[in-house]
Amino acid sequence: MMTTRRSTKYGLRFIALAYLAILLFVPVGLILYRTLEPGLNHVWQEITTPAAVHAFWLTIEVTLIAVPLNTVLGILAALVLTRSNFRGKALMDTVIDLPFAISPIVVGLSLIFVYGQTGWFGSDLADAGIQVIFSVPGIVLATIFVTLPFVVREVVPVLIEVGDEQEQAAATLGASRWQTFRRITLPSIRWGVAYGVVLSTARAIGEFGAVSVVSGKISGQTETMTLLVEKRYGNFNVSGAYAASALLAVIALITLLGMTVLNPRKDPS
Amino acid sequence: MSTPSISFARLGRRKPSTKAYVAGRPGPLAVGVVMLWLSVIVLLPLSAVVVKSLDGGVGEFWDAVSNPQAVAALKFTLIVSLIVTAVNAVIGTLIAWVLVRDDFPGKRLVNALIDLPFALPTIVAGITLLALYGHGSPVGIDIAFTQAAVAFALLFVTLPFVVRSVQPVLIELDTDMEEAAASLGANGRTIFRRIVLPNLSPAILGGCALAFARAVGEFGSIVLISGNIPFHTQVASVYVYKQLESDSPISAAAVSVVLLLLSLAVLLGIRLLGRFTSR
Amino acid sequence: MIAVHGISKRFGDFQALNDVSLEIPEGSLTALLGPSGSGKSTLLRIIAGLETPDSGRVVIAGEDTTAISPQERNIGFVFQHYAAFKHMTVRDNVAFGMAIRKRPKAEITSRVDELLGIVGLSGYQDRYPAQLSGGQRQRMALARALAVEPRVLLLDEPFGALDANVRAELRAWLRRLHDEVHVTTLLVTHDQEEAMEITDRIAVMNAGQIEQNGPPRELYDKPANRFVMSFLGPVATLGGVMVRPHDLRISSDPSDGAFEAQITRVVHLGFEVRVEAELAGGESVWVQVTRADAEMLEAEPGDIVWVSTHVDAGMMLDAGAEGDAPVA
Repeated sequence: MMTTRRSTKYGLRFIALAYLAILLFVPVGLILYRTLEPGLNHVWQEITTPAAVHAFWLTIEVTLIAVPLNTVLGILAALVLTRSNFRGKALMDTVIDLPFAISPIVVGLSLIFVYGQTGWFGSDLADAGIQVIFSVPGIVLATIFVTLPFVVREVVPVLIEVGDEQEQAAATLGASRWQTFRRITLPSIRWGVAYGVVLSTARAIGEFGAVSVVSGKISGQTETMTLLVEKRYGNFNVSGAYAASALLAVIALITLLGMTVLNPRKDPS
Repeated sequence: MSTPSISFARLGRRKPSTKAYVAGRPGPLAVGVVMLWLSVIVLLPLSAVVVKSLDGGVGEFWDAVSNPQAVAALKFTLIVSLIVTAVNAVIGTLIAWVLVRDDFPGKRLVNALIDLPFALPTIVAGITLLALYGHGSPVGIDIAFTQAAVAFALLFVTLPFVVRSVQPVLIELDTDMEEAAASLGANGRTIFRRIVLPNLSPAILGGCALAFARAVGEFGSIVLISGNIPFHTQVASVYVYKQLESDSPISAAAVSVVLLLLSLAVLLGIRLLGRFTSR
Repeated sequence: MIAVHGISKRFGDFQALNDVSLEIPEGSLTALLGPSGSGKSTLLRIIAGLETPDSGRVVIAGEDTTAISPQERNIGFVFQHYAAFKHMTVRDNVAFGMAIRKRPKAEITSRVDELLGIVGLSGYQDRYPAQLSGGQRQRMALARALAVEPRVLLLDEPFGALDANVRAELRAWLRRLHDEVHVTTLLVTHDQEEAMEITDRIAVMNAGQIEQNGPPRELYDKPANRFVMSFLGPVATLGGVMVRPHDLRISSDPSDGAFEAQITRVVHLGFEVRVEAELAGGESVWVQVTRADAEMLEAEPGDIVWVSTHVDAGMMLDAGAEGDAPVA
């Protein structure tokens, strides 16, 4: 191992920690402090208002729809990418990555152009009495869009690393395709899937930009937790905004815990 | 954290093995289902943006994109994103280095916290930064509504990308090379410059590409701290939002198309980089 | 009994198998022997159903299985890198085939125990593959393959990933196992020593074709061509004829048909002695002699000797013959 001069080592460490302190530790610590300053009682009141409770459950509901869908399809997509041969694989791979690279505002916009009143399906949906934009389905679609890549991206490297010899062995032993998938493939990818689920969930809960555009921010109806934070801040209800933010921050820290625990396990080597 | 498309390069290298009898090998139905899913969720809406942007013909598209406020927003977005990416390239690598090669009490905690910007909702990040470095700041720094504030917010949200991209490569790096260089008389700086850095550059570039793409599209963390002052601190995503709000969908769509093209360019860049480095 | 008729397979530009036909007798332990790229693994996988041939037929126990999936062929397959089910215990690995077929638990347990006993892994039921050595994993893989009572057992370079001494041990053990269990077994290997030592028949393959097929002794003593000869054992060339170094004689006196040579090196390899010499034309040849003979000869580098072959076993080598064969 290359030995760095002690002064260099301490210098680098100092720069890194100072940067992280200014950018990361202090701000987050401050929010938690500011939130708890008026007392836990106050915090509790702020996060149990009817609007807050509704926002909480709406966020959960949307997450519980988007994440499982993207998990199942993510596993399927990962299998297709690593085990099938077809033209257009590169295209599929790029499309899967798009949600990583696209602004959430553009995501929201794109959904309005398809499902909004003046959108492509606008009149058909209106005739059928279905409202997507400014309603929960729109929020769900936006969330599905932005959380699409996570499970796929975590499962693909695991599938590549593990290889398909175990599946071949299972075939020679008489297992059908479904039996092999259930008993061999799925267990081999479970940590990758778990990690991907944790990431998608965090993203789903925290989505703001896309949801901002499509939800209409109707309090008690289409207002998610992140939108609630924004609204409260805009109404100068700073402590209310901090309280909701703190709740989201705590969820984020739990997510981090999940990531830290699962990270070593998802690497099959 | 996942790095998109870097893994695709490895896909291309696999030996072609045949036949779908072997289980775990999805058939054409699976391929179709995935394609359908991707088309409905991603491609359909995005193509609507493109089509909508041309609703008024190329002329209106061009007007929307060359509108001075739009241009200012795009320009500011690009410049600040590039600056932030450059800073990340340096400081991200440095942080990765410290996390891999150094040891100190609390290192594991610090390492875990690097992912916080990734896990934290952007609006919360915005509020957090505003509380600390905006009006009424406990440390007396008020950079709210300045371009610096935008840069700061972007630095926050893009923190994990380069660090997480470089860390695994640094961990895997064969220290034999560095030892060999040292035995040949190279000092620490030279070793870093000539041995370590070249091996890290693909990872650094990959992380930068991701950071850049994220910065360009960022909305939630900026919308509060920047004040969204047109021609000054307004970024492209906010401009699009405002256009939508003021009922100018074509204008919003047109500028979005520019952002989309930028995203695509970055993705293709990452793909080419991956193919190049996997050799 | 396994039979393949007219099997051809191409991967892109590469012709892996070219109209290959072969019969493997019931109950035998046969080797598919050849260098990398000869097509032996591909042929094995086609027999298993893990690849489909471009043309030709596969017949197992009288049944044309060409179009049948591997699941239904009732074969046992052992992979070079074990393909152990990492997340399952040894017991669950071995039991897998039976569990798939929904056999009663009691039957499974007793059969697993029986098989683990046969392969020498009794007591390892609850271990995981990661806790086993390479040799143990491969024995587990064998037990797993045998658990479903396959008609044929197919082994794809099963000892290739193991240390040399483990390889030797396991190879002998495989032969003993086969003598006990009697399943028609087809073994793919590039190690001629392995093939020679334990098999009943060897099919030598090269560049997608079968060069010769027969018992080991026959292949060694009566090779059909240069390739088979050099692949299966050491060769030396004397006057256009390919012979085994142990069929050459060195003498200090000239004789009819002998070639003059100057000794360049004498290497003592334990029991045998290798005498390397340079012929008049500049080519080198090496002769294998016993220690006793070497002592009698008192051979030293620089000495002039006469090299002859006492046996008319040898191969005609014409100038410009096709491709060099690897010297074993």
